[in-house]
Amino acid sequence: MQSYVEFLQTYAPRFVDGTLVTLQQAGLGTILAVVIALVMAFMKMSSFFPVRWVGIVYIEIFRGTSLLVQMYWIFFVLPLFGLTLNKFTAGFLAVGLNLGAYGAELVRGGIQSVPRGQYEAAIALNLPPFKRMRRIIFPQALLNMLPPWGNLLIELLKSTALVALISVTDLMFESKMINSTTLLSAQTFGTALIIYYLIARFILTPGMRGLEKRLSRKLSIG
Amino acid sequence: MFDWKWNFTFEILPRLLEATLKTLLAAGFGYLIALILGLAFALAQRTPFRLLTHIVREFVEFVRSTPLVLQIFFVFYVGPQFGIRLSPWTSGMIAIGLHYASYLSEVYRAGLDSVPKGQWEACIALNLSVKRTYYKIIIPQAIPTVIPGFGNYLVAIFKDTPMLSVIGVTELFHAATSIGAETYRFLEPYTLVGLIFLAISLPTAMFIRRFEDWMRASLGMKKLYAKD
Repeated sequence: MQSYVEFLQTYAPRFVDGTLVTLQQAGLGTILAVVIALVMAFMKMSSFFPVRWVGIVYIEIFRGTSLLVQMYWIFFVLPLFGLTLNKFTAGFLAVGLNLGAYGAELVRGGIQSVPRGQYEAAIALNLPPFKRMRRIIFPQALLNMLPPWGNLLIELLKSTALVALISVTDLMFESKMINSTTLLSAQTFGTALIIYYLIARFILTPGMRGLEKRLSRKLSIG
Repeated sequence: MFDWKWNFTFEILPRLLEATLKTLLAAGFGYLIALILGLAFALAQRTPFRLLTHIVREFVEFVRSTPLVLQIFFVFYVGPQFGIRLSPWTSGMIAIGLHYASYLSEVYRAGLDSVPKGQWEACIALNLSVKRTYYKIIIPQAIPTVIPGFGNYLVAIFKDTPMLSVIGVTELFHAATSIGAETYRFLEPYTLVGLIFLAISLPTAMFIRRFEDWMRASLGMKKLYAKD
């Protein structure tokens, strides 16, 4: 126990640095995933065939292959096409593009779960299509899809650990480095596991629950 | 710019396909472990021992909210620290099996919980034994609920096997990385790996959806997916 305290005292700054990079990756990845999810979900629901097809192909490709493969493809193969990304960008780009495809299905499911009568009422009230979606359908859909989005964001946080494999200096990467100098694997990887767990359990989960509560209050009042 | 070499492609394809078999083996074996352990986790949470229930619940939550790749490292490197040496395959299977067991235990739990309470009460009223209640009444009704979950995680475990390459399990992704390191060509190996993954996971997902519809139909339940 004594030695673990000393271990933490020595390496805490590096764990903190790594955690900050992980949070940056997760934050940027989340923004990208939300945008991709919205765009792809609406494309997949489009009545115009080519647009719908793009949405379907995107979702199937990104859900059908591994994130690790996609990340390596973006990092090692895209430069051959003249698009060189630094590792930090490649990292959150891969995470966001991948999780966005999963998110798109959640968005679609959420929108389709809004009762048909809501569409009909909005049409009867002569709301234009965009306003119908923005004011009537989407807020209700959002409330339905928030709980699965909570799970998805935990998946996203976990996925960011893979960016260490293209040498982004996140929490995973730092713990690999610390492990190779100290050989204290249980302490090193154990600490990293606990940090991931704490972020998921005490930041993400309560955050999403708070969001859900706020939205449901807003919807029921006005 | 776009210099795809077909000769090279056909040269490395056999090697990649051979590695694909190992990937399938890893996924299959990991899934088997997850199925058995997952059931154990789910049943442990239905026992009257409060302490056991709590411990298993927390463990499942912990495993589910931490990265698999970190767990793989943990299992692989912590053993030797205490004098236990595990091969990459063994530690990989333990890590991925435990990870998915946690997910599958939730699927089992949801399935068993989805059967209405009245069914249990009816079984008691009819004086059926516990074993008969499970086998004849509860499990058949729980199956349609759990199939999508089991199917999704089967595809998911397959897609997570590339992570095993980090500790040196020689599966598909590992083979592609080795080819890249030997030949300095990344376009073909990584693209092929992506295509192989698609070629396996898409039909599997479709088959699972069909199977679920068939299952629901044969049990006289309504279709979950409308034709789209």
